[in-house]
Amino acid sequence: MRIKRWLLKVASHLDFPLLLLLFVLMILSLFLQYSASGEDKAHLLMHGLNMLVALAVLIIVANIPPPYLLALAVPLYTTGVILLVGVALFGDVVNGSRRWLHLGVTRIQPSEILKIAAPLMLAWYFHYHEATLRLKDYGIAALLLAIPVALVARQPDLGTALLIAASGFYVLFFAGLPWRVLLSMIAAGAASLPILWHFLHDYQKRRILTLLNPEQDPLGAGYHIIQSSIAIGSGGSFGKGWLHGTQAHLDFLPEHSTDFVFAVFGEEFGLLGNVFLLLLYLAIITRGLMITVNASTLFARLMAGSVTLAFFTYAFVNMGMVSGLLPVVGIPLPMMSYGGTAMVIVMLGFGIVMSVKSHRKLIKS
Amino acid sequence: MNRPTEIKHYRTEITGFRHRVMIAAGFAVLLFMLLLARFFYIQVIEYHRYFALGESNRITLLPIPPNRGIIMDRHGIVLAHNYSAYTLELTPAKIDDLDATIDQLSKLVTITSADRKRFNKMLSESRNFDTLPLRTRLTDVEVARIAANRYRLPGVEVKARLFRQYPLGTSASHLIGYIGRMNDADVLALQKAGQYDNYRGTDHLGKVGIEQSYETLLHGKTGAEQVETDANGHAVQNLARIPPVSGDNLVLYLDSTLQAIAEQAFGNYKGALVALDPKTGGILAFVSRPGFDPNMFVDGIDATDWNSLNNSPDHPLIDRALRGAYPEGSTLKPFMALAGLFYGLRNPDDTIADPGYFSLPGSSHRYRDWKPGGHGTVNMHKAIVVSCDTYFYRLANDMGIDRMHQYLTQFGFGQKTGIDLHGELPGLLPSRAWKAKHSKQPWYPGETVIAGIGQGYNLATPLQLAVATAALANGGTTMRPQLVEAVIDGRTGQRRLIPPQPLTHIAIPPAQLKVIVDAMIDVTHPGGTASAASAGAPYLIAAKTGTAQVVGIRQNEKYDARHVLAANRDHAVFIAFAPADAPRIAVAVFVENGGHGGSAAGPIARAVMDYYLLGKRPKPAISPPATITGANSHAD
Repeated sequence: MRIKRWLLKVASHLDFPLLLLLFVLMILSLFLQYSASGEDKAHLLMHGLNMLVALAVLIIVANIPPPYLLALAVPLYTTGVILLVGVALFGDVVNGSRRWLHLGVTRIQPSEILKIAAPLMLAWYFHYHEATLRLKDYGIAALLLAIPVALVARQPDLGTALLIAASGFYVLFFAGLPWRVLLSMIAAGAASLPILWHFLHDYQKRRILTLLNPEQDPLGAGYHIIQSSIAIGSGGSFGKGWLHGTQAHLDFLPEHSTDFVFAVFGEEFGLLGNVFLLLLYLAIITRGLMITVNASTLFARLMAGSVTLAFFTYAFVNMGMVSGLLPVVGIPLPMMSYGGTAMVIVMLGFGIVMSVKSHRKLIKS
Repeated sequence: MNRPTEIKHYRTEITGFRHRVMIAAGFAVLLFMLLLARFFYIQVIEYHRYFALGESNRITLLPIPPNRGIIMDRHGIVLAHNYSAYTLELTPAKIDDLDATIDQLSKLVTITSADRKRFNKMLSESRNFDTLPLRTRLTDVEVARIAANRYRLPGVEVKARLFRQYPLGTSASHLIGYIGRMNDADVLALQKAGQYDNYRGTDHLGKVGIEQSYETLLHGKTGAEQVETDANGHAVQNLARIPPVSGDNLVLYLDSTLQAIAEQAFGNYKGALVALDPKTGGILAFVSRPGFDPNMFVDGIDATDWNSLNNSPDHPLIDRALRGAYPEGSTLKPFMALAGLFYGLRNPDDTIADPGYFSLPGSSHRYRDWKPGGHGTVNMHKAIVVSCDTYFYRLANDMGIDRMHQYLTQFGFGQKTGIDLHGELPGLLPSRAWKAKHSKQPWYPGETVIAGIGQGYNLATPLQLAVATAALANGGTTMRPQLVEAVIDGRTGQRRLIPPQPLTHIAIPPAQLKVIVDAMIDVTHPGGTASAASAGAPYLIAAKTGTAQVVGIRQNEKYDARHVLAANRDHAVFIAFAPADAPRIAVAVFVENGGHGGSAAGPIARAVMDYYLLGKRPKPAISPPATITGANSHAD
């Protein structure tokens, strides 16, 4: 009886429409991973376990009242930034980037923490300065964001840096960053593109150039884009059918269970599948934004909005890059790509969304 | 006081926030529409292009090279065959530092400096190939070592390949020839002939000899395998297979033991011998000495070996039987005598008194007979038996060069025989027209005189002389000389005979031919010039000796002038057929700087005829052909 009550209490903090949509996504993901891995059952099991862990994280976080989340913001952010500095000083170099930090037995990628910690920190800041919000506060928030973004960008991990910047920016945006500031920022950003170009690493420049003309270097930098475009394009309207994609199964497609898993999806399920996936993502985003609109506190609004839009950003950037619309950056397709950390971060985000939604009465008092 | 404004402020804030959420949602929908447009573009509009790209990505047509046909002699002894072995192959395009990779490999397997040189030579010669062999015939241990280290040797592969081998080594090397790696010129020629597709996956072709002239039959038809490959080019699954058709096997007229006996009979002499079956034109032995080992060429010959072969004053690479042009010398006399009979210039019984020389009317220049003082009274029979020069000087003068040219042309002099080998030389049978074309000088009567004894401009290849001799043996019918007797179809295994082809039929009245043949038989009897070489033969031999003055061996290749001067002994020439009453074999022999035909060339022809007609081997015994590597024991 007590257990049932406890379960009901736990469940009461979950948003069932959102959870249902996520379940559909996860089932799709299991099928996709089974195919992308070449029908590897061990791989599928690992993917399922990652999902269960991520789901557990979601349920736990959804049950944490927002004040506790607020309290976590500063320590999490500070730890994250300290770890990033640690990475810069002592990190392991993998594939030419310094992203990993050895902590005794395990290696961690602190930039992942910042995907949540940075917006949380900004939301915390705005929450405590809600009454006296001035332009200066946006500046301070921007600075709080710029520190981890700069540290991550320098690793170099431009993709993650952009994502952290985006989730932070969404907080600024929902916190009411004046339009004139926003527009002038966009103008300034556009104007500084040529200067920014010089600060890009050669490989980053190459990726952008490659996008413009992938055939120029078909076995080098253009390889990923060409092969993934071939995979998606050859899927046609209705796809080659589940387990019948040839590109990925024959290893033409690199990273075909992680960052490029969408190519397998597009090849096997075609345009029809892609439209379904887009609609599914859009439904999740819509539900997230509905929660955002109805959120009762600034903190809740900021976190729900930022997490939802970050989720959208992951999906858009990943599908854009795999289909040859955007330069190649290492961003997984949310809930579809193989990889525990990314999945946990996404579900943790939705956990926060559910928490702020279900705890609104409590926080209002 | 503040409260209402605060509430209002709160409301505007909420409205502003809602606006922003709507904008964000619109932004998301817009960008998703962009994705949708992209998906529509590549999955619907460009679908066919991407689909084709995907298919070509995964489906590869792998050529399956056919097994090259086997070449064997008339008794089924294999002269050229294939064996399977492992090679170490490098793909230069995938290797950054070739030298470093080869150094690394040399720690795993033996790589000699000759291997390196050969590899570098191939690298510089052929840019059309993606892989080049560094080492061939790897041992199992070596294969295992490479396999274990393959992960750190990109661009290095071990392949199982068929290799060509010539079990007889140097024996019959010119005739069989060899295969070698295709070079750019070969590729161009194949492309021109529309044959290049049939050579996908093959990198060798026949360069010389039968290997070259029967390339089309020997090669076979390349098959193909349609395979699904992954990105690394590794085959995942076979989709379809068109099996290759093996090349045809060739059965030669050649008797490899006879060939070996003939080669050994040359001893250290240079020269050539052609023995053929007068009835069919089938080549029984085809010798050019010295020879070479064709096996050296199969994997690509290294520079040192090549230079020593190519620059040797003995010219082992030249096929003297096919391309060596020598003056016929006195071996032309039987043919001249026939011409004399044909034109009615001589009756067999007409005699001359031979003072030991001939002079043109109104000239004091003496064309000397080989025998000082002359042969006395000489009729046609005696003129051939003792090889009287004066008789033929006079006959030639009476005949004139153009009639001589016209008649002798029928025997194949001065033109290619049409043997089934490439690169044959036509020799030279002079005429006024020829001289007018090639020189500003007019034809001098004295040139006719010496042409009558096979000197002067006259040149013939050993093959031509053998064909002409066979015509005598065959009652005037010349047969096209032919190496290959039958072709065994690579697909069905059916044996298809290549029918003997008559070249010309020379109308020789039997009585006239009998005069000549009888005289040639007596050449081999006591008193004849070939009596020593023919002594004790239990069958009748018809023969003629010759001695060709060396004025430099006329070949298309350069010849070391100093060497010729140092060795300006006469060439010995010998023609024969036997048994004279029912000929089964006709032979022509040239021995360079051998001196007199009867003593140097005769015994070689005798050894050949003895084995062919009697199965008798010369002493000391000849070892079986497979182990012959150039041991010379037999001479006179």
